[in-house]
Amino acid sequence: MTVARATRVQREGSPWTGLWAVVAKEMADHLSSTRMHILEFLIALTAIGTVYSAASAIRSVASLEPKYLFLKLFAVAQEPFPSFVDFLGFLVPLIAIALAFDAVNSEFNQHTLARVLSQPIYRDALLMGKFLAGLFTQFLIYAAIWLLIFGLGVIQLGVPPTSEEVGRALWLLVATVFYGGVWMAVALLFSVRFRQPATAALASIALWLFFTVFWGMVATSLASIIAPIRVGLPEELLAQARWQLALRRVAPGQLYAEILVAMLRPEVRSLSIVLPFQLEGALLGQPLPLSQSVLLIWPHLTGLIAATLVLFALAYIMFQRQEVRA
Amino acid sequence: MAKKDAVIETRDLTKVYNGLVAVDRLNLRVYEGEVYGLLGPNGSGKTTTILMLLGLTEPTSGSVRVVGWDPRRYPLRVKAQVGYIPDRVGFYDDLTAWENLMYTAKLNGIPRREAYRRVDEALAWVGLSEVAHRPVRTFSRGMRQRLGVADVLIKQPRVIIMDEPTQGLDPESAREFLDLIRTLKKEGKTILLASHLLHQVQAVCDRVGLFHKGKKALEGTVEELGRQVLGTSHYVIVEVAEDAQRLAEPLRGLKHVQDVEVLDDRTLWVKSLQDVRPEVAAAVVQNGGRLLRLDVELPSLDDIYTHYFQTAGEAQE
Repeated sequence: MTVARATRVQREGSPWTGLWAVVAKEMADHLSSTRMHILEFLIALTAIGTVYSAASAIRSVASLEPKYLFLKLFAVAQEPFPSFVDFLGFLVPLIAIALAFDAVNSEFNQHTLARVLSQPIYRDALLMGKFLAGLFTQFLIYAAIWLLIFGLGVIQLGVPPTSEEVGRALWLLVATVFYGGVWMAVALLFSVRFRQPATAALASIALWLFFTVFWGMVATSLASIIAPIRVGLPEELLAQARWQLALRRVAPGQLYAEILVAMLRPEVRSLSIVLPFQLEGALLGQPLPLSQSVLLIWPHLTGLIAATLVLFALAYIMFQRQEVRA
Repeated sequence: MAKKDAVIETRDLTKVYNGLVAVDRLNLRVYEGEVYGLLGPNGSGKTTTILMLLGLTEPTSGSVRVVGWDPRRYPLRVKAQVGYIPDRVGFYDDLTAWENLMYTAKLNGIPRREAYRRVDEALAWVGLSEVAHRPVRTFSRGMRQRLGVADVLIKQPRVIIMDEPTQGLDPESAREFLDLIRTLKKEGKTILLASHLLHQVQAVCDRVGLFHKGKKALEGTVEELGRQVLGTSHYVIVEVAEDAQRLAEPLRGLKHVQDVEVLDDRTLWVKSLQDVRPEVAAAVVQNGGRLLRLDVELPSLDDIYTHYFQTAGEAQE
């Protein structure tokens, strides 16, 4: 394909014409599709199950430690159930991939692309509209789940949440939407690249599995190659550990997990490696205020948002260069 | 036909795909209110030309004007006035016909109240009002094609471009569809039709352009093309009671007649440059023939096409 040439012309008209029409249509599709109904049912069921069991665990110890009860609803696990956030770690990518893996290729397969693009809109509006609709849908689902959890919490625990807890839950909501955003952008990219929706879905899931299951091992061995321990000096150990952490953080799941820790456990003061001398004078076990916890996750959150945008930009460029004819 | 403004105009339009010339220095003019047929085998550059007219593909060189605008620079203005029914037009299968058209209306920025009216009108116009609220999944090929027409009518276009509109339709649906095209023409729409199904194009087009390897090889009315390619524009079929052979010689002597072919004892074919039925009738009677039937046929595009590509092929070898 040739794109750049001497006779490059400036196009007239806004690339956002028709954007909201696309967003509205795509959201309506998402919210009425069987696929999303199944996933919404699944996540609601998970929320109810884990929160219910967490609440009964909390009640038995609440008199001993009555702080941040609502955050514990998200994080406390009681055998045999994992905690709600453990589920989120893999339900969110699943929902995100389900939202986008057939976004563009289904338009090709249904022969709707040429017809839609012959309407007075630019391609930008179509892709952007699909992406925004996916983000909004995720926001809607998670917001509903969050409210459900808080509602259950009020009933089960009998106390209202504090503003600090609500604030932390909201930051968590934003992080969850963008954690989903990364995987949605991956699926969108594959839906532009692969003509078969099944291929796009499998490719997205394969990448996700790679990052969840194998990336940790890869990071460990890479770190030992980059910063080998030759004599066993503390500096060497530290360098290797730092490399390992840095490499692990390439995986969006790792970033999200660290955000979960910082937001749900206010007493966490650092997400990196802490040396004993750095703890001098620290009041261990004292919770951080929300603003300090937010500072802690700021790089993680911007990292997730940046990854989402970069992946979307890739999909966008690829889509712009694609020929309309199938 | 009367020379009106050209609504579609291309100058030396060229498109090169990966070193392959898909459209080669095309000069095309389509005038207001006419039905123009773009004919050619698959892969002769018809669809590429259409995509360039709509600004959906960048031309490699040359210039395009559609409804007075350059689709490269003002694609939105062009697309607001030009309706496009692609080859095998598709709709969202899970949505109803009505919902699909409402989406088109929204993409065109038509206000809601006006959109309701236009969607209902368009569906009524193509005769799909009764199935408006059924999912498109349940539609036949012919219904989808008609829905495609309703879809372009939503934006009340000046020009309608159709790519292979009758391909894959059964004869009955194809005939109905051609009637739709005729009605659109009566309503003053300019129509550009790309097809390789010649007899159907012949039935509705005012002018046709024959495409061959990205070039416009021939252009004109079917009659003109017949004259250019076959050297003949009319076939007069004469049926007499007996002894047709005897009449061949006198008929050959008539003005405008190029050739007379005796098909059997009762039938003659007269090839001519004009409709010579009155002269033929007179000649048959004068020569004592008993005339049973007299018919005129235009050469079919199929003949022109076959003949042209045969000679074009031979010229290359």
